[in-house]
Amino acid sequence: MTKEAVITFKNFGFKYFSQKEKTLHDIDLTVYRGEKILIAGPSGCGKSTLGNCINGLIPFAYKGEITGSLTVDGIETKTASLFKLSEKVGTVLQDSDGQFIGLSVGEDIAFALENDMIPQPEMKERVRKIAQIVDMESSITQNPHDLSGGQKQRVSLAGVMVEDADILLFDEPLANLDPKTGKTAIELIDDIARDDRTVIIIEHRLEDVLHRPVDRIILLEEGRIVMDAPPDEVLASGILTRYGVREPLYLTAARYAGAQITADMKPASLTAFRTDEIRDDLQRWYDANYKRPTEETGKDMLEIRDLSFSYDGVRPTLQNINIMIHEGEMLSIVGKNGAGKTTLASILCGFLKPDKGEIRMYGEDLSPLSVSERAEYIGIVMQNPNQMISKTMIFEEVSLGLRIRNVPEEEIEKRVHDVLKICGLYEFRNWPISALSFGQKKRVTIASILVLNPKILILDEPTAGQDYRHYSEIMEFLRKLNENGQTIILITHDMHLMLEYTERALVLCDSKLIADEKAFEVLCDSKLVNAANLKETSLFDLAQRAGISDPTGFVECFIHYDREVREHEA
Amino acid sequence: MNTKFSTKTIVATGLGAAVFLVLFMYVKIPSPVPETNLQIAYGVSSFFAAVFGPLAGFLVAFVGHALNDFIAYGSPWWSWVFASGAGALVTGLCAAKVAPKVEAGEFGKSEMVYFALYAVIGNALAWLLVAPILDIVMYAEPVSTVFLQGITAFVIDAIVSVVVGGLLLKAYASTKVKQGSLSKE
Amino acid sequence: MKLRLFSYDQLNTFVHRLSGLSKLVCFLLLTSAVMLTYDIRVILGILLLSYVMILIAKIRFSQIRLMLIYVAAFLIFNFFLTYAFAPEYGCEIYGTKHVLYTFGGPYTVTLEQLFYQITKLLKYLSVIPLGIIFVLTTNPSEFASSLNSIGVSYRICTALALTLRYFPDVADDYNTISLAQQARGLEMSSKAKMMDRLKRTSGILVPLIMTTMDRIDIISNAMDLRSFGKYKKRTWYAARPLKKEDWLAMGVSLCALLISLYVRFFINHSLFYNPFV
Repeated sequence: MTKEAVITFKNFGFKYFSQKEKTLHDIDLTVYRGEKILIAGPSGCGKSTLGNCINGLIPFAYKGEITGSLTVDGIETKTASLFKLSEKVGTVLQDSDGQFIGLSVGEDIAFALENDMIPQPEMKERVRKIAQIVDMESSITQNPHDLSGGQKQRVSLAGVMVEDADILLFDEPLANLDPKTGKTAIELIDDIARDDRTVIIIEHRLEDVLHRPVDRIILLEEGRIVMDAPPDEVLASGILTRYGVREPLYLTAARYAGAQITADMKPASLTAFRTDEIRDDLQRWYDANYKRPTEETGKDMLEIRDLSFSYDGVRPTLQNINIMIHEGEMLSIVGKNGAGKTTLASILCGFLKPDKGEIRMYGEDLSPLSVSERAEYIGIVMQNPNQMISKTMIFEEVSLGLRIRNVPEEEIEKRVHDVLKICGLYEFRNWPISALSFGQKKRVTIASILVLNPKILILDEPTAGQDYRHYSEIMEFLRKLNENGQTIILITHDMHLMLEYTERALVLCDSKLIADEKAFEVLCDSKLVNAANLKETSLFDLAQRAGISDPTGFVECFIHYDREVREHEA
Repeated sequence: MNTKFSTKTIVATGLGAAVFLVLFMYVKIPSPVPETNLQIAYGVSSFFAAVFGPLAGFLVAFVGHALNDFIAYGSPWWSWVFASGAGALVTGLCAAKVAPKVEAGEFGKSEMVYFALYAVIGNALAWLLVAPILDIVMYAEPVSTVFLQGITAFVIDAIVSVVVGGLLLKAYASTKVKQGSLSKE
Repeated sequence: MKLRLFSYDQLNTFVHRLSGLSKLVCFLLLTSAVMLTYDIRVILGILLLSYVMILIAKIRFSQIRLMLIYVAAFLIFNFFLTYAFAPEYGCEIYGTKHVLYTFGGPYTVTLEQLFYQITKLLKYLSVIPLGIIFVLTTNPSEFASSLNSIGVSYRICTALALTLRYFPDVADDYNTISLAQQARGLEMSSKAKMMDRLKRTSGILVPLIMTTMDRIDIISNAMDLRSFGKYKKRTWYAARPLKKEDWLAMGVSLCALLISLYVRFFINHSLFYNPFV
């Protein structure tokens, strides 16, 4: 069989008009028909730009200067129209809310056909067929607000497939999905790729994508291709971490254990991975490093007693929740969408009044306090920093809460400067916020809450959509805060985050608190993992496959070891 | 900004009208004049008008206001709905000059004055001319009441359009500042 | 938070079965018929028709209770405002003056004024049910395609469809932002001065507009990638073909408009119906 090239970059480069430097340099890349490839790299490495060159948004929507040549299915993109290209390339964007344009599932799938002036009867038939493929046929009249994130993504996919494009491009398909839904999404993409379609996935969550095989991984850094090889070779090389991409956890564990990993060991997939060859290494490492951690908890701080809440008075959102939070803890609240995580946070902050139950801090009942008074006890940082920032300058933004509270000007300056120092923003204090990176903006929003001295800080998905480098940056910062005594609650469905940074995890499921355990224990318990839409950690699988007697202990051992390594690096 | 009705302008129009509607429905600040509210929404329509042009501005206010009336009263009060649209339309005439500056991150004194001028003229036209005349022609309202209401609406909405719209333009322009031009202290 | 713009119910009544296009056309024809006349007989006729339609469409009181409160408040306010500023307007129109009661000063109650204001009141009362029917029985998906088929550019219609689609998302954003700002101490309560409140509201408005601008970029890319604007026209998945009932409803509405115009130009020879001479 001869391979037919469908996408060919030749000495390709691109520079946005609005930027000084080129975003892509000397790209030489050929993708063959029917291939499934993964483009990985840290934020800002140019991988999204590369994707936008393929689907034609560059140069159609984003203007800039193209050098070299890029052909997609024989068309030179420089001179082609976006419409011509979109017949060849279908793109699923990461924001499934932004991509869901229709008022119902059927309408959204039909959007491309509507623009193509397909008559209604044919359109309905084609929409029905595609909806069947993505398993959304029974929801065809539903509107987007009644769908889960995973369902919305299926609709986005259907809306792209309906055009019959041969090349499918996925821009960070996992960004907004919980681990279990993400796993299903990868399976669905894999099924579609079987029909001789060319599939390109842009994603930095490598381990999750590799749940199903890919043919090649292209690694990008600072606008250049640094590696283009089959997954086994890329993983064996061990260079991923250096380029800000996280390697699968089971490989990190194997490396900690001193194992030599080669491409022959099939490291790209845990099921194929030759664990027998490294069994002894793992066992030896485990025996040498496992120690029972000493238990110590701080003073009792916040007590939630018998809390219940319902939005409509009929269906309960929270039922009889009992939690004790201790001084100086950093814990995570997990659970699938709609399990009540956000509602619980909203009640803690006083945005909602519980139907029943009490919240006490050091024994003091918080219920008589107003929302803004409550903020001095419990502060919340929203997921999207753009939803919080209302000033243009950093100092103004951080001082806002104090100004409203009529704190004297000298004290404001001192407190703001102190908190900016803690947050590593002091040197930027006179900058406009727009000049900051996402991670820095996040820190501005944290600072603007911290300045009010809340005893507990709640963060909603602090690292959503962040690559490994930014993830580590944000989380290490939070860990330092925590070490200085700040009590922190994280609402998340990021498994790495809960595993690596929080001791304790609370699992909410169908309005009830079903577990209050050590984070690693939750991730080793298949029942809890399912209830919270998480995935079992691959560390656990690795330990089982390698025949370690206590796989949970192995995971625990890894976490403590890993934490020490990170602290050492930081 | 493109003068033709590009996809981005269409989306901006659609979402702008949604924002206008949300504010029109939920955010009412009582003014010193009894029975009249400050409609923050007019700041939004003048912002969208200045960034995306007269047609977008017109539709943001027109659609937003009409939908609000449908929801609140069952049927739009067309004369005022048209007036809302007309005000934003005229404000949008400043887009040719203001929009490119804002997109480049500049919204200084001269842009502000230029924008305010159009916003005031737009509101004057809308509330002192369009609304009263349509009220008389379409609904046969008595002349004295319509002009009294018109003057109140003009003063209040012109203030909101200029103050809130100007604030939003400034904030939006500041997000367009290029990275890398600053130094640490 | 599940906010829906209209509480549209999928029922199977005559009114629901009409296509969105014909409902829009009927709405426009009938409201014009009312708007173009001040003849109480025509208005009463349409009033009757619209209330019958409310019954046929099985619209429940609970769906429109809030709306009726707003409407009542508006009408009462408008009624007194009209009287306060133009107590003699009726006499001006009809050319006669039958005084019923005198408050003293210039304020008298005349039969003409009463007749004018009642006619006006009925005008509103007959238009409102039409709007309610249109809004509560039309599938929002059909709004845009209906407008497109009466000649409005599809680009504008698409913008309208996007407003309906993203209203709940924007309302959610607004709520989230507003709570986040309140937690930082931004009191939205009524005590503060007008200018202060205006400034504080901007604390919500700036983040709201910035998140909206981000959304606009994403959505317009998504639309471009799915060939939006490829041709001078587009088709609509949600459009419904016209049936016999649709033509009937539009026919009746057109007749109502023609009658209204006929009465105005050939019987009354004026906008107003004058029973006083």
